[in-house]
Amino acid sequence: MSLDRQLVQKIAHLARLEISEQETDMYVETLSRILGLIEQMNAIDTTGVAPMAHPTDTGLRLRDDAVSETDQSGKFQRLAPAAEAGLYLVPKVIE
Amino acid sequence: MEWEAVIGLEVHAQLLTKSKAFSGATTKYGAVPNTQACAVDIALPGVLPVFNREAARMAVKFGLAIGATINHHSVFARKNYFYPDLPKGYQISQYELPIVTKGHIDIEIDNSRKTIGVTRAHLEEDAGKSLHEDFHGMSGIDLNRAGTPLLEIVSEPDMRSAKEAVAYLKKLHELVRYLEICDGNMQEGSFRCDANVSVRPRGEQKLGTRTEIKNVNSFRFVEKAIDYEIERQIDVLESGGTVVQETRLYDSDKNVTRSMRSKEEANDYRYFPDPDLPPLVIDDAFIRETEKTLPELPDAKRARFIKDYGLSAYDAGVLTASPEMARYYEETVRESKADPKIVANWVTGEVSAYLNRENKEITDSPVTPALLAGLLRRVADSTISGKIAKEVFEAMWNGQGDADAVIEKKGLKQITDSGAIEKVIDEVLAKNPKQLEQYRNGQEKLFGYFVGQVMKATGGKANPAQVNALLKKKLGP
Repeated sequence: MSLDRQLVQKIAHLARLEISEQETDMYVETLSRILGLIEQMNAIDTTGVAPMAHPTDTGLRLRDDAVSETDQSGKFQRLAPAAEAGLYLVPKVIE
Repeated sequence: MEWEAVIGLEVHAQLLTKSKAFSGATTKYGAVPNTQACAVDIALPGVLPVFNREAARMAVKFGLAIGATINHHSVFARKNYFYPDLPKGYQISQYELPIVTKGHIDIEIDNSRKTIGVTRAHLEEDAGKSLHEDFHGMSGIDLNRAGTPLLEIVSEPDMRSAKEAVAYLKKLHELVRYLEICDGNMQEGSFRCDANVSVRPRGEQKLGTRTEIKNVNSFRFVEKAIDYEIERQIDVLESGGTVVQETRLYDSDKNVTRSMRSKEEANDYRYFPDPDLPPLVIDDAFIRETEKTLPELPDAKRARFIKDYGLSAYDAGVLTASPEMARYYEETVRESKADPKIVANWVTGEVSAYLNRENKEITDSPVTPALLAGLLRRVADSTISGKIAKEVFEAMWNGQGDADAVIEKKGLKQITDSGAIEKVIDEVLAKNPKQLEQYRNGQEKLFGYFVGQVMKATGGKANPAQVNALLKKKLGP
């Protein structure tokens, strides 16, 4: 399977990446190659093999339900481009 | 043409954990913005999520209560989209393998029972909040809620009217509160509902195109929003149009739904298993342990109230509407040893009326079960009449002490001394010679008038049964 330019543009848009015409051509080629690799794997007969969601055979480690964090919002907000009244400010979003 | 509506609900229930789903930040509501959003919640580089065991337990508890399958392996996935209140650029959710699948909830509608399928319930994290008031043309972001554990409960499209949808929603709301996994506060957004609505010609098997209604935060609005949406879709179809699959917002001020965005693009979430989180493994021991914590469920409690206390289905329903209400009732019964039906009358009557008037919850009632029981004992032993009891109740409500103190202070003790009552009767008859004559001439309904006068003369304190008996004797043939 190979990707066309339109699909690459769509993927870039969904990831909010701005790519040039030239880069689009490059990604069409490199991403298609990755899909080619997956196609090779798809060719293998996996009948009887249980699908897995994670490469290691471990289960999720769980923590007790306890509050362990303290308020560090002051420090965090100094990293933000804009903050006011305790809020992080971002370009206006209205749906 | 006759149309049939098809409705499915998606409910987000905030789980009542102390800390967040994947971090140790507190989940308390109403704090100063961002003071409860830690490095994990705001997605600083290098942080890793660690899942909260209690959130898993609550999901299992819910699954057991609706007779669902608890999956031994479930998988957290990333749901990718960009919105400023979602700092990671993805929400951790469960997609292909949720923790709970295939349960059901029974609803009562017009005295018949209907089973609504629950397709799945999965764990996920909540997003933050965007505040669009003007901050110099920018939006403010509060991430305190980000990372709060949610259980998303998805029903089958089994409902056929707004009324059924609300019945299901109420049942679900009651259940999560009984299970103590969610506080059910719709105003604060701890229990949120999205409705998927479509219509089709009656008899048609194929589903029509559906719309999803978001932003409905009360039972009443859910009903109105769905009713509006059904009418709107029928209008569109009958005028030859087609329903567009989209998300719509309900505007409660105007009672309309409005298109929010086309779902086509927004829907491309590119889910994939979260590489930070191996599968959530729930073993049998965990399930058994959780099963032991299941409380008596609402339907079972209602049945027991009807059987053990001899209550009507209606009273049993009112008294089991919340676990707190049921507890209040049973404690009062236990402490007063009064007739359970009389207790039910008091709780659904005076207590509920006072609570409604002051917009209070049963847990905030100034008249506690112990106080109410004290009052009922005084009615049972004839210290006061039922009518005076209401006066005492009001005084107790206003913090004037327990029943005995109020009766003493206000001198409300019932007069049961026949001699004293007879004296009052004589006075009343002496004062009303005209009425007495009319009574003797056959106007028997004046009997009630005399009873009333005696009660009035004693400030309502005379024992009514005795008044009746003594008066009958005096006026006797």
